[in-house]
Amino acid sequence: MKFIRNAAKGLFVISLTVIMSACGNNADGDTKSSKEGLPTIAISGSTSVGPLAEKLAFKYEESNNVKIEINQIGSSAGITNAINGVSEIGMSSRDLKQEEIDKGLKETIIAYDGIVVVTHPTNKVKNLTLEQVKKIFTGKVTNWKELGGDDLEIVVVSREDGSGSRDAFQEIVDYSSGELVRSAIIASGNGNIKTTVAMNKHAVGFISFEYIDESISTIDIDGVQATAENVLQQQYKLARPFLFVHMDKGLTDAGQKFIDFILSPDGQVIVSETGAIPVNES
Amino acid sequence: MTSPPIEKHNIGNGKSNKRKYMLESLSSKLFLLCALLSVLSLLLIVGFVFYRGSHPFIAEGYSFFEFIFGVDWVPGEDKFGIFPMIVASIYATIGSLIIGVPIGLFTAIFLSEIAPKRVAKIISPAVQLLAGIPSVLYGVFGLAIIVPFLQNYLGLAKGQSLLAVIVVLAVMMLPTIVTVAETSIRAVPKTYREGSLALGASEIGTIFKVVVPAAKSGITAAIVLGLGRAIGETMAVILIAGNSLIVPTSLTDSIRPLTTNIALEMGYAAGVHQEMLFATGIVLFSFIMILNFVLAKISARGAN
Amino acid sequence: MRTFKDNLLRGLLWFSAFVTVGILLLIVGYIFYKGFRLINFEFIFGDYSPTGGGGIWPMVVTTVYTIAISLVIATPIGILAAVYLQEYAKQGRLVKTIRFATESLTGIPSIIYGLFGAVFFVTTLKLGMSIISASLTLTIIVLPVVIRTTEEALKTVPGAYREGSLALGTTKLQTLIKVILPSSMPGILSGIILSMGRIIGESAAIFLTAGTVAAMPSSIFSSARTLTVHAFLVTQEAGDIELAAAIGIVLIVLILVLNFSATFISKKLNKADY
Repeated sequence: MKFIRNAAKGLFVISLTVIMSACGNNADGDTKSSKEGLPTIAISGSTSVGPLAEKLAFKYEESNNVKIEINQIGSSAGITNAINGVSEIGMSSRDLKQEEIDKGLKETIIAYDGIVVVTHPTNKVKNLTLEQVKKIFTGKVTNWKELGGDDLEIVVVSREDGSGSRDAFQEIVDYSSGELVRSAIIASGNGNIKTTVAMNKHAVGFISFEYIDESISTIDIDGVQATAENVLQQQYKLARPFLFVHMDKGLTDAGQKFIDFILSPDGQVIVSETGAIPVNES
Repeated sequence: MTSPPIEKHNIGNGKSNKRKYMLESLSSKLFLLCALLSVLSLLLIVGFVFYRGSHPFIAEGYSFFEFIFGVDWVPGEDKFGIFPMIVASIYATIGSLIIGVPIGLFTAIFLSEIAPKRVAKIISPAVQLLAGIPSVLYGVFGLAIIVPFLQNYLGLAKGQSLLAVIVVLAVMMLPTIVTVAETSIRAVPKTYREGSLALGASEIGTIFKVVVPAAKSGITAAIVLGLGRAIGETMAVILIAGNSLIVPTSLTDSIRPLTTNIALEMGYAAGVHQEMLFATGIVLFSFIMILNFVLAKISARGAN
Repeated sequence: MRTFKDNLLRGLLWFSAFVTVGILLLIVGYIFYKGFRLINFEFIFGDYSPTGGGGIWPMVVTTVYTIAISLVIATPIGILAAVYLQEYAKQGRLVKTIRFATESLTGIPSIIYGLFGAVFFVTTLKLGMSIISASLTLTIIVLPVVIRTTEEALKTVPGAYREGSLALGTTKLQTLIKVILPSSMPGILSGIILSMGRIIGESAAIFLTAGTVAAMPSSIFSSARTLTVHAFLVTQEAGDIELAAAIGIVLIVLILVLNFSATFISKKLNKADY
């Protein structure tokens, strides 16, 4: 029995040491980062801007002594975080609302992007008018047959309410959140829409250009293909800006430098590599 | 553990005792403080959730009736009705109970009464272990297996549905129900069984007429615990529910239970919208509290 | 007729057990089958890469941080609270209130904890979406577990120990530190291990308080994701079932190890009949 007690004691001490050392490391990490003066730029917001921002950050961190933290939580959340100071920079894939500007937010357009309507690869429908898109998302058309496809029920997949893509999409297609068909699957994030659509031959959704790959089929709008080229020439209608937003005086030097980098030729090359559209060309 | 040196310095000194008593009363106060922290936490949580959640109804003139019975949830247009979610939560919970409880209970009876000892000795701990698996993994399983199955083999237009949620929740509550029910059935005294068998009842008859009724309170506790797990589950459900905002009318409708509404929208909600999510939390909280109350009543009755 | 009914019921019992075991085996089997190809040294200890193919080390580290911080806070508080309830308190309204609070905390779904943490720790205390916010939220979640298991352990210490020690002229506090706590250590330990399991499995509360940054946390004030949250996000965002299953294997193995050590310790406790 004594052995057990000792063993237990030993175990307890060991676990405590492990815990303490974990904390110790932690504290070390803390002081190290402050000693080296490694500033952190906290960024949060749109899942459409997110992948681009991650790649820009990855490149920027290589040559600069800075840590960039990116939380992909949707445009509205990012904007709210920027206003509250939870994040230094918010990412938005829609224009700012007046009330947000009134709170002192400043915006920088870092790129442009298109939204593309996507379906399962087996879907025969390849072209839709904006009017037809509206009818699909408001539940007026419920079968692919009516649009020249197979006799399959349409399953609408939409983004969540705070999504910048959803706001921009609804504004251009011209329907309100209240009009969205009730049975629509609500997916949070571009990736979630893509996988849901890729798994379901009934489904239709919308995603950012950056997420296009062979797992889904893209739909032309009014006969215009969803390409960066067509967005630039203002042929393709489902386009919107990518914004970095921050409070008027909330931007640190590090944050300003990062934005400068994005707008520089080097940064804009990464923008076009990712599938988004550089600012200066438009 | 530092007390011996102190004593050494103060041998035969009145101060030693005084210090000891001070230490004694100080420590008991510290212990009390620690114990009160759980009360404080509960008050803080309840206080925060209720304060934030009741604000729109008290200060901003929203109707609580419309909140509970409204069928429109469109935060952008200032419409906050959670009726579809309440119905979804209730359907999903009841549905999972209908599948999970009989299977779980029968498994528990099997393990404690019928299974060969060696079999039970392997299965019981294994099932117990499964109660500890992160629920997200059940959701991953649901999305990878159940959702495609419903689409491809049952021909549903979308696999993300009430049915998928019910199946996953039922599977998830199985380990909890089996483990708790098994323990309580095993606790029924041997003499009950012997008496019944001596009176000429069959083995099965004894189990269902004597043993199970005797373990009633434990079994009820098992069901209530399983129920709690089903109502409270969030992340696994997000993956398979579809999160649509309709009042479900069939098993194939995609649904949004109360929990997923909070998790989906909390990230970006602000102002009244956020407060309404807290209000959703209050409703969920009330469900759970009623459950706990029932559980307490039942176990109190069991004790008598 | 009676035998028919008996046989039917017996058949149902066998069938149910078969279904339960079958389904659970199917789930675990599926996760292992889907994920094992990804499991290797590089996967567990490699850094995360946004372009895919990277490891899960940042999430492992975040999980360890979260466990460590929550337990460093919850363990002493929980143990002392249990000591108060078992050794010091007189049964009465106060103890009843504390017990009620502890039990209620156990029943609250984790999404409510997340809701609370997101507003209290993240916003009100301005800790931001961070490991520390998540850990503090988790502290409250595991506190009842620590309190309950410690209480159970204290109950098993025989009264004779206390009386013997007190009769030797020690104070209550000395008895506690030198006699009671050491003999209930195995029980307390298994409680701590159970809490670890709970923290590892937690997702909703962490999702709302720690954020989703997929990078090595630079400090406890960084936003980061734990293994379980990572499994959720790769499933939801990328639909990457294989990766989620691989993370699932790591999680299941962790839970297995923790459970075995808990059983081992509590078995030792039972054998050592005081």
